[in-house]
Amino acid sequence: MRLQRVSKVVSVAVVAALALGACGGGSNNADSAATSTSITANGTEPQNPLLPANTNEVGGGRIMDLLFEGLLSYDADGKTVNEIAESIETTDSQNYTITLKDGKTFTNGEPVTASSFVDAWNFGAAAKNAQLNSYFFESIKGYDEVSAEGATTETMSGLNVVDEKTFTVELSQPESDWPLRLGYTAFYPLPAEAFEDPAAFGENPVGNGPYMLAGDNAWQHEVQIDLVANPDYTGTRVPQNDGVTFKFYSSYDAAYADLQADNLDVLDQMPAAAQKTFKSDLGEGRYSEKPTAQNQTITIPQYLEEFSGEAGALRRQAISMAVNREEITDVIFSGARQPANDFTSPVIEGFNAELPGSEVLAYNPERAKELWDQAEAISPWPEGKAFTIGYNADGDHKEWVDAVCNSLKNNLGVDAQGKAYSTFKELRSDATAKTLSGAIRTGWQADYPSLYNFLGPLYATGAGSNDGDYTSQTFDDLLAAGLSAATAEEGAAIFNQAQEVLLKDLPVIPLWYQVSQTGWSNNVTDVETGWNGVPVYYNIARK
Amino acid sequence: MTRYIARRVLQMIPVFFGATLLVYFLVFSLPGDPIAALFGDRPVNEVVAAQLREQYNLDQPFIVQYLLYLKNLLTFNLGNDFSGRPVAEVLGQIFPVTMRLAVLALLFEAVFGIVFGLIAGLKKGRIFDATVLFVSLVVIAIPVFVLGFLLQFIIGVKLGWASPTVGASAGWSDLILPAVVLGLASFAYVLRLTRTSVIENMNADYVRTATAKGLSRGRVVTVHILRNSLIPVITFLGADLGALMGGAIVTEGIFNVPGVGQKLYQAVIRGEGPTIVSIVSVLVLVYVVANLLVDLLYAWLDPRIRYE
Repeated sequence: MRLQRVSKVVSVAVVAALALGACGGGSNNADSAATSTSITANGTEPQNPLLPANTNEVGGGRIMDLLFEGLLSYDADGKTVNEIAESIETTDSQNYTITLKDGKTFTNGEPVTASSFVDAWNFGAAAKNAQLNSYFFESIKGYDEVSAEGATTETMSGLNVVDEKTFTVELSQPESDWPLRLGYTAFYPLPAEAFEDPAAFGENPVGNGPYMLAGDNAWQHEVQIDLVANPDYTGTRVPQNDGVTFKFYSSYDAAYADLQADNLDVLDQMPAAAQKTFKSDLGEGRYSEKPTAQNQTITIPQYLEEFSGEAGALRRQAISMAVNREEITDVIFSGARQPANDFTSPVIEGFNAELPGSEVLAYNPERAKELWDQAEAISPWPEGKAFTIGYNADGDHKEWVDAVCNSLKNNLGVDAQGKAYSTFKELRSDATAKTLSGAIRTGWQADYPSLYNFLGPLYATGAGSNDGDYTSQTFDDLLAAGLSAATAEEGAAIFNQAQEVLLKDLPVIPLWYQVSQTGWSNNVTDVETGWNGVPVYYNIARK
Repeated sequence: MTRYIARRVLQMIPVFFGATLLVYFLVFSLPGDPIAALFGDRPVNEVVAAQLREQYNLDQPFIVQYLLYLKNLLTFNLGNDFSGRPVAEVLGQIFPVTMRLAVLALLFEAVFGIVFGLIAGLKKGRIFDATVLFVSLVVIAIPVFVLGFLLQFIIGVKLGWASPTVGASAGWSDLILPAVVLGLASFAYVLRLTRTSVIENMNADYVRTATAKGLSRGRVVTVHILRNSLIPVITFLGADLGALMGGAIVTEGIFNVPGVGQKLYQAVIRGEGPTIVSIVSVLVLVYVVANLLVDLLYAWLDPRIRYE
């Protein structure tokens, strides 16, 4: 009976494989969620340990925003609300005195004091800690000393603790919108234990926000993270549910399938494949659409010869007017984008859809052709050269890039082509090395709701994300004037004047604003999307 | 036999080093700067970037990077990925999941493929044979992601018989649907392979002899036809185990299975050398071991095959 011996061998192999596979299987804790009013939401695995100044992507950001609370928070419309801050006072937009509210604590019982903020910010800025978001502290006096290579100084001279509840901040120059950014992740306070072992703390953060981690193993890497409401929370973002579980998805398609089966409560973006069907799939009252603080642009580098000088300015205008934004947002994005009227976003305080000069962003093929021909008369387009728009093929960009190229071909007669980079990192390498041979797709998601955040980091001379090397003295002066304005409102008016300069020079071609499409299950209610496109998780209630 | 196994195990060593060297070189040659990409659209802080490069040895020339990796490997230290997690921990989490998935898929395709293939072969030209041939052709013709989305939508969303995605626990029962999707194409191949092989053996001299000797039909079929027909099938299944483990990326994506394919994809996109090389090395080992097992099974199936 040889066959039986064979089957024994096979079964031994199978049993061994089963045993191998069985170890490491996590326990199923979905059951516990059913008895409470916890909700589930989609997320992605945080790419860095959960430390405020090291969290620079949405996967970690949305978790940090629930675990921690800063001096301010932003409401759904992007307005700032004082949280830990009792007051933030200044007379010259350069020296700020910040006083804190009483009785705020971390979930380990440690009180939130002035040092909790000052130490956390010094930690985030110091070069030796290699925090990815350290540039957020660059306005503070003394940043240069702590962030330089091999720096030995560890504290910024601009930060001074006055007493338990008060500290002062001196900036290197006046910035009227500086307080607006204090609700951003990088500015959260940290308890003392964070500095003893930052790596371990990043795995198991202890915060002061509306939620806290559900125990030691709350973060199951690549799978999900469980948050529960913080019973001692006293701020304005009071949780209306018992907890939030972020399930990590590799694709929106998988998350969407779960949403349809009521296996997931909130999904903050509809997959490309469901763009045309999600409204009927989910039904009335289970989705919402709202513009967010994110835009998409095409950057045409200043160092390209065809796009510099007078002919270059004409060509930029011609390209902008030759793109039919309405049609592309309708046909390709099915309304998931809204045509752009400026360089910022409609959800930002101070936004103006009718800036003088914004007609250059409207579709006008005849005028576009005229401008292009004028440019040709000054200096002809190089024979046989194609106008390329670079994009990363690992995102959903090919369709709209092709559509834009077709518009340009048809309306201007230029040989426009999409240029695919296989990954985002390849695209960024070329962009930061300033070795682009054509235009590239760019976009900006605001870190905090302010016009300046859409302008300064992108178009100021020498700014970090100024991919196209744009430089304009008038623009820089207006930015500086806006920053030193006495109030945020006055500042906004000046920033809009600065935008008028951009509308003339077009360092980038604004295309459209991102529209968030949020869907939810039959089990939850009160789902609202915030200014940044992230659902307001703490307000969501279970039916 | 023992010497044969020992020789085969020794052969794994150069295969392992060759594979890691090759993969490390390919990762090294990937265009783009992974550290700059960590900053996203934000400005790259050069001081921070330089520190991170040093931490991951990315400032070293290729051969130094590789030797450092090997040196750490010998002390069972696989390094950390960019989010600071030890790669060993990552492997310990993703491999059991994918292993479960691959074993289920392999069981599915082996059991159903061999049983259906045997029946179809024995009843060659009849209605059952024609039906399974047609169905298997359809299964082979439809790409796996179409079948995946279809089954997910019908069984997971519309009928609600199973959760549309796998998620947290990734236990055996959660993985049945993804395993079926993963194993479907191979199931069709196994079925066709078994069927052809059975038909061939049915006309073999030893089968005629066995029948003439007066052996029962059941014994002729199981011992004389099936056993001899299994050699090509086992070869296919052995090679398929490796393919199922490394090639489950599409299925894992559809059903959100936190396994090898997804992690490997993310690691390639992010340019995380140590993670990629470690995952691929384990896959290479799985493949080599599976091949060895297949070769040993030959000897059990056909006593004429001897290894010295």
